[in-house]
Amino acid sequence: MKKHLKMQNSACVNLADVPVVDNQQFKDHLVELSSRNCRLSALFVLPGTHQNLIYAVVSNDESAALKLLATPYQNEFASLTPDLPQAHWFEREMHEIHGVNITGHPWLKPIRFQPKTGDNTEILPGVTNYFEVTGEEIHEVAVGPVHAGIIEPGHFRFQCHGEKVMHLEIELGYQHRGIEKAMLRNHPHQNLRLVEVIAGDTTIAHATAYAMLIESLYGIDKPDKNAELIRAVALELERMANHTGDLGALAGDVGFLPTSAYCGRIRGDILNTTAVICGNRFGRGLIRPGGIGCIVDRSIADIVLERLVAIEADLKSAVKLLWDTPSVVARFEETGTVSHEDAIAIGLVGPAARACGLRTDIRYSHPWGAYAVHQPELVDGRKRGDVYGRAIVRWLELLDSLRLIRIMLAEFTDVSTASPVLTKAAPDSISVVLTEGWRGEVCHVAITDSAGNLASYKIVDPSFHNWFGLALALRNQEISDFPLCNKSFNLSYCGHDL
Amino acid sequence: MLHILKARLHQKYRTFPFPQQQPVLSQRYTGRPIIKTEGCVPDCSACAAVCPAGAISRSNEGRPIIDLGRCILCRACESACTAGLINFSSEFSMSVSKREDLIVKNDQFRVSDGLTDELKSLFGHSLKLRQVSAGGCNACEADCNVLSTPTFDLARFGIQFVASPRHADGLLVTGPVTQNMKLALLKTYDALPSPKIVIATGACAISGGLFRGNPEVNNGLSDILPVDLYIPGCPPNPWTILDGMLRLLGRI
Repeated sequence: MKKHLKMQNSACVNLADVPVVDNQQFKDHLVELSSRNCRLSALFVLPGTHQNLIYAVVSNDESAALKLLATPYQNEFASLTPDLPQAHWFEREMHEIHGVNITGHPWLKPIRFQPKTGDNTEILPGVTNYFEVTGEEIHEVAVGPVHAGIIEPGHFRFQCHGEKVMHLEIELGYQHRGIEKAMLRNHPHQNLRLVEVIAGDTTIAHATAYAMLIESLYGIDKPDKNAELIRAVALELERMANHTGDLGALAGDVGFLPTSAYCGRIRGDILNTTAVICGNRFGRGLIRPGGIGCIVDRSIADIVLERLVAIEADLKSAVKLLWDTPSVVARFEETGTVSHEDAIAIGLVGPAARACGLRTDIRYSHPWGAYAVHQPELVDGRKRGDVYGRAIVRWLELLDSLRLIRIMLAEFTDVSTASPVLTKAAPDSISVVLTEGWRGEVCHVAITDSAGNLASYKIVDPSFHNWFGLALALRNQEISDFPLCNKSFNLSYCGHDL
Repeated sequence: MLHILKARLHQKYRTFPFPQQQPVLSQRYTGRPIIKTEGCVPDCSACAAVCPAGAISRSNEGRPIIDLGRCILCRACESACTAGLINFSSEFSMSVSKREDLIVKNDQFRVSDGLTDELKSLFGHSLKLRQVSAGGCNACEADCNVLSTPTFDLARFGIQFVASPRHADGLLVTGPVTQNMKLALLKTYDALPSPKIVIATGACAISGGLFRGNPEVNNGLSDILPVDLYIPGCPPNPWTILDGMLRLLGRI
């Protein structure tokens, strides 16, 4: 019997073709796959009329195939976490949303503090039992949800011995807006807008994933080559803008103001370059199922290329200062280290994973659209895993994004807007899409019912995988290193909370 | 040291002389909508049907009305209107003092005329703001953050984002006010010394935006806190935010 179904990124398959195995086989197989370079991209529940199923989406960093498998559950489900640590956050999510009693999970708590349907008792997020360290001279520090800067809300609870952090527990959920549920109620034209604000700084990566899902489920022709090029250029601009902002913010957190001031401005120049293409600095309205949402011609491409010349010169001048300033490098090095082994175990993604030496990048392993032709350079952080590693990975990726945009726009001619979707979605089907946003792997899964309506929509933002990485990075660090470590991950609160 | 000075020379002086000069936004920038009052096709509701935010209704005369407090400036209505009644201008100045001023019916628009004279004299040259994100997607937050960069240099107007609500004269709120952030938002507001002001930034904070009606959110600040300035957009352009703040203080 087949243990899993193999499918390509953004393929659409019949839901009945996904093998349903028993709980033990499910666990054994996932554990075995994880020992062979595979990662859990999504683990979620599909409530059914006859039986409830837990689906797993597994991706492999070395092959383009995705693996799907499912297992039934009644009320109880034996936790995968003791053998497969990267399942821990997914299991907490399933426990919270669907009330699955996950037995043997080491820390089964809500992750979003969702208001329960039909229950009017007020939910107080963050009011919960925290992991506590006790003993002489142990103290606890609570931070948030309202933080000092202009930043989203989350609660951080530190267990400290003197200045040293023994454990950090992160409680989120303050940003929960009910996106996954709203996706099932909405019209498709509303959903297109909704995915753009899953995480406002990751508009292109999420909107691209959604558009690819719709193309696959509705059987729409793939976008033409020029539309694919603009989608990828927009994604690389998004990466550049955010990486630039992060490098500036890292400089600010170690008190090195020149780079901080310059990068803040250059980030704006990059966002304004996205606005040249579609009118919006964050790329709202740019991606649409079937192609893109605006007319782009050669003259626009030339303006983008021209702007990149100035941006590159300013960026190199600003960021090179970081690596040439010993006091900056000394603060970055060996701060907030996550080991290579831990990164694999907890399933880190994106620049944070590459900084630990993981060879993971969806653009490279599961190429879609323009990336099938124009491959990125896979950045190797050489198992550093510290703030320096996460900073240098961002810088190398920035330079590679510049290169990619230039070769992509050199090929570009012109493209018109995509026509509206008029077909109906395939019934009883499942489609999975992975894209590589600037924080890492973005995963969207959609399942349709027998009438071709959305029955389930699952969104996994890269932050979902990586928040625990931040907690690990803080172990045995001084508590004053928290802002720097936090910024080196720069994870999304709303992307996690949905 | 020399390499830092060399970079400083390369990066130049970049602060834009706003409000003395008007910034040039991208050619495709979507600003305030203008509605023509003649020529609406009877029984056509194409504009409302395509609006993802439910921002469009029809007046008694059957003409479209756009609630800029809900509008995400996506231009879907502009393309859908065969009669060409709806046009989005490049006007970025669109912050208002009253919620009803965001209801666009024609080519008229009443931008904010600012705080009362007493509050202007108190805050006009020094306004400290505490920002609270209550479900914001980090786009409004990013466009507030950017105001502190050299291009905008918010501090030259005496406006500053501060860490503690105790040090703040006002609250700048983003996001639809999630159920899970409501208490923290109210506590932060209570911690501000009076007199205090509230700025609702972005469609979410004004009306719930794209999340309006979700049981997990509160449809913005409307029933929660008194608002002194509404800055529409999804997200508002940084120039819209700066323009709104300066109008609030009577400095434009």
